[in-house]
Amino acid sequence: MWFYLARRLLSLGVSLIAASAVIFLVVEIAPGDPAAYMLGINAQPETLAALRTELSLDLPAPARYWHWITGMLGGDFGTSYTYRTPVADMVADRLTVSLPLAVMALVLAVAVALPAGLFAASRRGKPGDVAVMGAAQLGVAVPNFWFAMLLVLGFAITWRIFPSGGFPGWDQPLQALRALTLPTIALALPQAAILARVLRSSLIDALHEDYIRTARAKGLTPGQALRRHGLRNALIPVLTLMGLQFSFLLAGAIIIEQVFYLPGLGRLIFQSISQRDLITVESVTMLLVFAVIVVNFLTDVAYAVADPRLRRQGRRA
Amino acid sequence: MTFSRLIVAAFALSASAAAAQQTDLTIALQLEPPHLDPTSAAAGAIDSVLYANVFEGLTRFDQTGAVQPALAQSWEISDDGLTYTFTLAEATFHDGTSFDAEDVKFSLDRARADDSVNAQKPLFEAIETVEVVDARTVRLTLSKPEGNLLFNLAWGDAVIVAPESIETIKSAPVGTGPFRFADWRQGDSITLTAFDDYWGKAPALTEATFKFISDPTAAFAAVMAQDVDAFAGFPAPENLPIFEADPRFQVLVGSTEGETILAMNNGEAPFDNPKVRAAVAHAIDRQAVIDGAMYGYGTPIGTHFAPHNPDYLDLTNLSAFDPEQAKALLAEAGYPDGFETTLKLPPPSYARRGGEIIASQLRAVGIETQITNLEWAQWLEEVFRGKDFGLTIVSHTEPMDISIYARPDYYFQYGAPELVAVFDALGATSDPAERTTLLQDAQRMIAEDHVNAYLFQLAFPTVADARLEGLWQNQPTQATDLTAVRWTQ
Repeated sequence: MWFYLARRLLSLGVSLIAASAVIFLVVEIAPGDPAAYMLGINAQPETLAALRTELSLDLPAPARYWHWITGMLGGDFGTSYTYRTPVADMVADRLTVSLPLAVMALVLAVAVALPAGLFAASRRGKPGDVAVMGAAQLGVAVPNFWFAMLLVLGFAITWRIFPSGGFPGWDQPLQALRALTLPTIALALPQAAILARVLRSSLIDALHEDYIRTARAKGLTPGQALRRHGLRNALIPVLTLMGLQFSFLLAGAIIIEQVFYLPGLGRLIFQSISQRDLITVESVTMLLVFAVIVVNFLTDVAYAVADPRLRRQGRRA
Repeated sequence: MTFSRLIVAAFALSASAAAAQQTDLTIALQLEPPHLDPTSAAAGAIDSVLYANVFEGLTRFDQTGAVQPALAQSWEISDDGLTYTFTLAEATFHDGTSFDAEDVKFSLDRARADDSVNAQKPLFEAIETVEVVDARTVRLTLSKPEGNLLFNLAWGDAVIVAPESIETIKSAPVGTGPFRFADWRQGDSITLTAFDDYWGKAPALTEATFKFISDPTAAFAAVMAQDVDAFAGFPAPENLPIFEADPRFQVLVGSTEGETILAMNNGEAPFDNPKVRAAVAHAIDRQAVIDGAMYGYGTPIGTHFAPHNPDYLDLTNLSAFDPEQAKALLAEAGYPDGFETTLKLPPPSYARRGGEIIASQLRAVGIETQITNLEWAQWLEEVFRGKDFGLTIVSHTEPMDISIYARPDYYFQYGAPELVAVFDALGATSDPAERTTLLQDAQRMIAEDHVNAYLFQLAFPTVADARLEGLWQNQPTQATDLTAVRWTQ
């Protein structure tokens, strides 16, 4: 177990260093001068030069990379060129939207997918299975932004139960939850559909294993065998998927944030890229890479918890 | 059944809320300001929130674009046009510090300084010194006569800032306007509240929230669901007829200072040849571009000047749509079979959608274009700075910016000496009749020489609750002046 964790930790560190170099290079190569973007078309050369000095853009690239990297190690993620506020503050601010949204979406996805997957697997080939899997197929196929627009059309414009978008802040908790309801649904349902399909096929595979036959032989009903022995064994691929989905939900909700004009992390990156706010792009991307790697690490840990065989493997190697 | 009752209840609720006189406003804009200092960035979004609301200058633009007194209540101009003496209003900054001549000196000197990052620094070029005569009087001495000085001082980039709070101006701006900055939820909204000690007429609104909604579909939903009371600069022109037909809303379509042009690289072949430029101009059907790209919203222009300006000349007939003439001109210029060039397009829909239409119109006369879509930062680097383009479409939104044609180093590289002479004469006179003549000469010169193909003046659509009044219909400068906005019921 400990060896297994140590190996995972080492690869985590190497990934982070490699990622920082790649991010910096890619952002540096992209054309467009942040100062020129900010000062627009009437700016004079000396004004541009003054701003470049103010932003330390006149330093050579290796110096800026070193400055950035060492700053991050000390917890300083730099100051946004355009917003002129510390990137860390902006990210913290945006996370108050993105993190609850991602967590709620994932919880809702699991809450829908778990019973749906169990139900479909236990009625394999019967009309119930076909209906649930048909719905899941639809959920996978429908683009989430289109689904989001339908939700807005119904619940915000026609029935006016939920706001069409925006986020009032957590100092009004009820309003905040109301504002996140439609985005959560729009984000969760396609993920739930994918999860349900994976869970169903994983469960069906498990049902063919010997231990299920043994469980049945010792007198468990098919449902009991499925829940007590099948589910736990079928969880590994589902956990992998959930890890990937969480990272996606955290950063990849750009389109949903756009449709509901939510001040989340995805839109921060999108804006920063178009405004050539390089330092923000670099630092936020780095933080996301960090988040993805940590989530992957935690997923690995979760495997080990869910499946004792993985722990033993680690010791043997 | 219960569901429909719920809806009825919701409607009843909103109706009873409306019965009480409302004094707060939620207004949406498409772009969020990057920060809140109008004197150190080109972003029009900053002025869209703060101009005339939070910050004031010595002079200001009104809704028609005319220059009006603001913090300077009156002024005297010396006979040689070199000395301007301003008498100042008894204003107070939002942080309680008093406004006086020192603040004017500080603000103007800051904008003119060597290390200034003011995006419109040329506005202050003529100013030689700023002198404090007494607390209520300030004197500007110019190095050369500048007929445009009062106009220049009305820009958002020339507003008066408080020296005491300059360190935090980007996140907590302090001005002298009728509204004070209250809160900024980055990525979502900015809230302003009425300033009790405002020196001028108090506004009707007590609180205004600016929401930022960039996606056109989300904009439509927010207005339709009445989550916002108004949307200034509504980004989905295709949906305007829906709002026009709905009694809950009013639609205002105003004009802007945005001359939308198909710019040509005058510094390079083939566009250094006036005949080729004329051919391009005649190949374009403006109305088709306006209908196709802007859903009919936009006024055709024949020169680089805003049609709502009293000095505007309608010169569209100098470049009337005539493909046969365009082909003949191309042949005369030595391109009987046409040629190939680049068409670089920045992100706004006028450019992306307009570009496709213009490309097909040019193809019809034999000019093949290679379309490249660019982000703004790339456009600034490649087209604006690098001058690496054949054709590009862009809207010039600065007020009265025809003088860019006198700059040979400007991206389309014109700067004919005769035109430069006109602008030198313009700078030296403040006589209105003479200025009109000179401005009209300039308009005619650039239209006759077909420096660029002039397409249309960008329209500015606002969708608002039908009970609101006092919103600016036009955009003589980027601003959402709320001082006169009120609810009528």
